[in-house]
Formats: sequence, structure tokens, C-alpha cells
Amino acid sequence: MIDMLSNLPDEVDVLVVGMGPGGSGAAKRCAELGLRVIGVEKRAEIGAPKRCGEAISRHGMTERIGIEPKGPWIVQEVHGAIVYAPNGTSIKVDYDGPEGWVVERKVFDKHLASLAAEAGARVIAKTEASGFRRENGRVKVTLKSGNESKEVTSKIIIAADGVESKVAREMGINTFNKLPDICAGVQYEMAGIKHTGNMIEFFFGNDTAPGGYIWIFPKGRGVANVGIGIRKPWAKKTALEYLDDFVQSRPELKDASIIEVNSGGVPVGGFLTDAVDDNLIVVGDAAHHVNPIHGGGIPEAYMAGRLAAETASEALKARDFSKGFLKRYDKAWNDQRGTRLKKILKLREVIETMSDDDLNWLAEYLKGDDLVEFSRGGSGLVKLGKILMKKPRLIKLARKLL
Amino acid sequence: MIKVDTDKCLRCGGCVGVCPVSALELTEHGIKCSGRCTSCKSCVNFCPVGALSIKDD
Ligand SMILES: Cc1cc2nc3c(=O)[nH]c(=O)nc-3n(C[C@H](O)[C@H](O)[C@H](O)COP(=O)(O)OP(=O)(O)OC[C@H]3O[C@@H](n4cnc5c(N)ncnc54)[C@H](O)[C@@H]3O)c2cc1C
Ligand code: SF4
Ligand code: SF4
Repeated sequence: MIDMLSNLPDEVDVLVVGMGPGGSGAAKRCAELGLRVIGVEKRAEIGAPKRCGEAISRHGMTERIGIEPKGPWIVQEVHGAIVYAPNGTSIKVDYDGPEGWVVERKVFDKHLASLAAEAGARVIAKTEASGFRRENGRVKVTLKSGNESKEVTSKIIIAADGVESKVAREMGINTFNKLPDICAGVQYEMAGIKHTGNMIEFFFGNDTAPGGYIWIFPKGRGVANVGIGIRKPWAKKTALEYLDDFVQSRPELKDASIIEVNSGGVPVGGFLTDAVDDNLIVVGDAAHHVNPIHGGGIPEAYMAGRLAAETASEALKARDFSKGFLKRYDKAWNDQRGTRLKKILKLREVIETMSDDDLNWLAEYLKGDDLVEFSRGGSGLVKLGKILMKKPRLIKLARKLL
Repeated sequence: MIKVDTDKCLRCGGCVGVCPVSALELTEHGIKCSGRCTSCKSCVNFCPVGALSIKDD
């Protein structure tokens, strides 16, 4: 293999660690703004293995990621959703055209990384960054690829290293997740399912998926991602055991084939309000930038990466890489996205304390549009509060929302 | 210390994100646990596929 590391510059403006959506968003924007940027990914293949249900909403795709949903990475248009309460009552959200897409993440993540490379970023797979040391206002980092290693000095590190989030921890921010703040996820990609259609499905219930939900996201031709996210302390077994029980209970899945198995953690406990330190900006899963209701984090990570790049560019102009200066990234995130996500978190905190009976009762009052509002953090809070006021036992909860 | 069942582990790195003392690392060869581990069981309780347990020694 060519020695990729020796061809790298010794000094850069920004080193992006991790080339998932967050890293690619950051690297692309840095390059567009004229910064000298390297993006390293420790895995041999960007995007693989996936740790994801692969669904992205229209708003996420076109606004937060900001790309046209066209290309070989789109595998299925999503025309709506069906949400099942614990007793099977369903609520349907229907659209005339695509309001989201299921992507092939292995292809999609590589596409995002290629866009960064095209813009002028240097991207290197199978290269791990470690040993971060601050020296004379810069950061020295060791890059390792196989037997090769190289020291690189960078003014700013953008930590996009996902749920492991070791970079931030090495550089002074404790990003670890307490158990109720992280969903344990596991997923089968299944084939040979009779009807997959173009609706995404969600199943709720404290016996089905405590502290989370089960999803079926269609990928066309009888293929679908069938996955689960659950949380302790509500969960009594492993995520895999809950998922197996579900699959066994569904006639359409029981005899289908499993073509891939994935697992992962989804940091749903709310984003870090301090996601910067001297020479450091943290983005994406590493900073818990995830929608706390549905756990989607691809668009959030990409957007955070872009905002981080913009702050890095301003810092370079001002020659100030201090925490005090980089703080403007926290503010930008909060203004453009965080306020919304905080509302969504509040809503989830109310829903997660409800019993299955309460959820069944609630499902009778909700329409599809309400659920869309909930997941977007729109006017849903007040609406839900008003419904809960109808049931004396839930009035205390309702007050939290009103 | 913890023990990793390498037949079960899917190398997702989720457990790394729940360790309060940064004792875990996801390497090319799977999950490695350092001597810093306090046997708090956070990772054991988290693992989606039940690949972790506490090693008594
Ligand atoms: C089961 C499951 C289902 C999900 N379903 C969806 C969904 O349907 N829709 C959605 O929007 N989101 C979903 N998510 C969430 C989504 O996958 C993440 O939010 C998203 O991938 C976060 O992007 P990121 O760039 O922050 O991190 P990641 O995509 O995790 O990328 C981080 C990268 O950093 C690399 N890395 C780590 N340390 C180093 C290092 N030291 N040096 C070099 N590289 C390093 C890692 O190898 C990794 O590739 C799901 C998550 C799970 C677990
Ligand atoms: S959480 Fe479980 S499956 Fe994932 S890397 Fe850790 S031990 Fe392996
Ligand atoms: S038992 Fe606790 S301290 Fe030990 S590796 Fe697991 S989470 Fe870390």
C-alpha cells in the first residue's frame, strides 16, 4: 500500500477526526472556506459497517445536509409513517410524495466524504488519530495507519469521532453517556419480506421496546431495516432479545432472511452545551447532537460539522483558538438547532414516564400531523399538554408542558 | 475488569461511550479494556447484544 501518511503536510489549519456525516460536513465546509484541512477515519471503509436505520427526512436532507436527494445512495422514497401504540392502535401520516428517504449508508457516507475531497479536503481512511497534546497554542497529534505513523500539528481539532467520543475526553471534555441517556440499538437488515411498501413503521410499548421503539424502514425489493432502540433502567433484557421476540411475533418477518446485523449506541440525552475547549470543537454523536425523540443524527451531525467549520474559519482570521473564541459555535448550534432539540427532549421526558395504558389512551386523541409536530419540536408541546389535562392522573405531567 | 465475548460483539463502540473512566477502546481487533476499569457494569448493562460481563479475578 502506498504510504499515505508521508504525503501529508506537517501542519494544517484543521484536523477532522472521524469521517462520518459530521466529519464530512466539517471537512467540506473547511475546504470551501479555504482552510488547509485533513479528515482521518480509522475504519478501512468509510460508512461500513453501518450503525444506522438509514432514514432521513426531507428537511434533514435538503436543509441541514443541504443536498439534492438524487444518486445511487437513495434506495427508497418514504411517503409516510405508521406509528403503533402498545395495543396495536395505529396512527398514520400520509403524504402525496416523498417526505424522506432511506439511504444506503455505506454509499452515502462515502459520497459525503467524496464531496469533501472534491472541495479540497484531504481524506484518509484506515488512519487513526491519537495522543492529542497542546503545545504553543497548537495541537500535536499522532496519525497511525498500519505500521506507519506521523505527527501532524493543527490549530484546531474538530472531533467527529461518533459515540466513542474519545478525542473530546482526551482533550478535556467529559462526553460519556449515563445509561438512561443512551439508546442501545440493534438491527437486522432483512430480505424476502412480502410487502415492504413506502411507509416507515414505528412500534411503541414497555414490553416491546422499553425507553425506545422498534422500527421497520423499507429499502425496496422486499428488503427492510428492522431495528430497536431501548434504554436502561426500563429495559429488562438486551436489545437483541427484545428484537428477536418482535421478529418472531410478526408473520411477515418470522421467515424472512437476515442479510446484515448491526448494533450501536444513540446518545439521546440532550446535546453538550459546552462542546468547545481550547483548539477543540466537538460535533455530531460525539457531542450528542441527536434528535431525542427518534434518534436521528445524520443531518444533525452534518449541520454541526458545517457550523464548526465556520467557527474555525473565523478563529483563523482572528488568530484566536481559545475556548472563549470558539464558544460562538455553541451559540450558533443553540440558535439554529439546539433550542428546537431541547423542546423535543422535554416532550420525550414526559412521554417516557407514561405507562402502556396511558399511551394507548393518548393514541386515541392523536392524529398523524400531531406526531410530525412532536418529532420536529413544533407546537406539539402545548397540544400534548392540553390532551393530558383530560386525565386527572396525568395533570402533573401536563403542567410540565404547558 | 470486563470480559468481551468476541463471538457476540459487533464492534459498534457503544460501550466506549458509556464508560465513565474511559477504560474501553474500540481497536481494529475489537474492544480492549484497560486497568482503569472500576467494574461499575455500565458497559455490561448497555451492550445491545450482551457481549460483556465482569471478569472475576
Ligand atoms: C442502530 C442505530 C440506528 C440509527 N438510525 C438512524 C436513522 O435512521 N437516521 C438517522 O439520521 N440517524 C440514525 N442513527 C444515528 C446516526 O447513525 C448517527 O447519529 C450518525 O452516524 C452520527 O454521525 P457522526 O459523524 O457524528 O458519527 P459516526 O457516523 O459514528 O462517525 C464517526 C466516525 O469516527 C471514526 N473514529 C472514531 N475515533 C476515531 C479516531 N481516533 N481516529 C479516526 N477516526 C475515528 C469512527 O470509526 C466513525 O466512522 C442511528 C444510530 C444507530 C446506532
Ligand atoms: S457495545 Fe457490545 S457489541 Fe458494541 S462494541 Fe461494545 S461489546 Fe461490542
Ligand atoms: S465496567 Fe464500568 S469502568 Fe469497567 S469498562 Fe465497563 S463502564 Fe468502564
